[in-house]
Amino acid sequence: MGEGAETHVDKSINIKGLVCPYTFVKAKLAIESMEVGQVLEILLDYEEASRSIPKSMEDHGQKVLKVEKINDTDWKLLIRKDRE
Amino acid sequence: MDFTDEQVLRYSRHIILPEVGGKGQTKIAEAKVFIIGAGGLGCPVGYYLTAAGVGTIAMIDNDTVEISNLQRQIAHSMNTLGMPKVESAKKTFEALNPDVNIVALRKRISKDDILDLISAYDVVVDGSDNFPTRYLVNDACVMAGKPLVSGAILRFEGQVTTIMPGEGPCYRCLFEEPPPPGLVPSCQEAGVLGVLPGVIGGLQATEVLKLILGKGDVLKGELLIYNALKTTFRKVKIPKNPSCPLCGEHPSITELVDYGEGYCTTQ
Repeated sequence: MGEGAETHVDKSINIKGLVCPYTFVKAKLAIESMEVGQVLEILLDYEEASRSIPKSMEDHGQKVLKVEKINDTDWKLLIRKDRE
Repeated sequence: MDFTDEQVLRYSRHIILPEVGGKGQTKIAEAKVFIIGAGGLGCPVGYYLTAAGVGTIAMIDNDTVEISNLQRQIAHSMNTLGMPKVESAKKTFEALNPDVNIVALRKRISKDDILDLISAYDVVVDGSDNFPTRYLVNDACVMAGKPLVSGAILRFEGQVTTIMPGEGPCYRCLFEEPPPPGLVPSCQEAGVLGVLPGVIGGLQATEVLKLILGKGDVLKGELLIYNALKTTFRKVKIPKNPSCPLCGEHPSITELVDYGEGYCTTQ
């Protein structure tokens, strides 16, 4: 499966401005609405969530493909849904 | 179900639980629960199920709010004295969560209407304070195949069990018939610590949510007994009784029975 720049994104959410736990709540609702194998892109600006969302997603059995700081304030995460 | 921004915030602590999530919260929103009694047990059960976002909650009770109720019946208040308990509770629950549809039934439940009343609901909760109702509700739920979360309180002790018709024992597997009225503590003897129904009602509401979510284990075939003075929880196994007059191999009770008056109920 191609990862990184070529990864196909099935759904994208922008949760800039949100803080924990709503960052994870929004990310979880998004991933729940997707099919296994699909990839979710998350754009956020709350630093703690750049660590806590990947950890919680892995705890829930999802695959973290990428955590990238894209500028001074924002992060981009790519999460693949591996289980319901 | 698509949640509004407000619902995402309101139910966020549910949604982040792996056992609930958005899908579980949707199940809760679609669930219909029928609560017998708007007193000590019905108040906390209805209150927490309202907070949880259960879509439809019906409550049936014939009494009005009196000041002696307020020591334990937390959905009522000085502002609702004299009001039917179901109306008082509806007002409180609607103020807590406008997502929930509260159906207030001001009447005494009877053998003539109980099956009709519960037919559209997923789970029944017994928070009644008398044996005739307890047996009527048990019998109706077994006949209708409805899960029943039963609770009872007296003085410092409370009990909870979940009756799953066809799968586990029913109330009559434990006690075939109600006790004679004279054996039941009279009003003067039957005090109750005000917080006790909060503990037992909280346990009942938890059982209801697990039934809705299909997660965890419920008190099927078990009676949980809480002693508030000793701070102990004790679980007693209840075997299914093959000769139970209601759910046994050769049932003798095939229609609903009203045991009628003669029991003193406390205000």
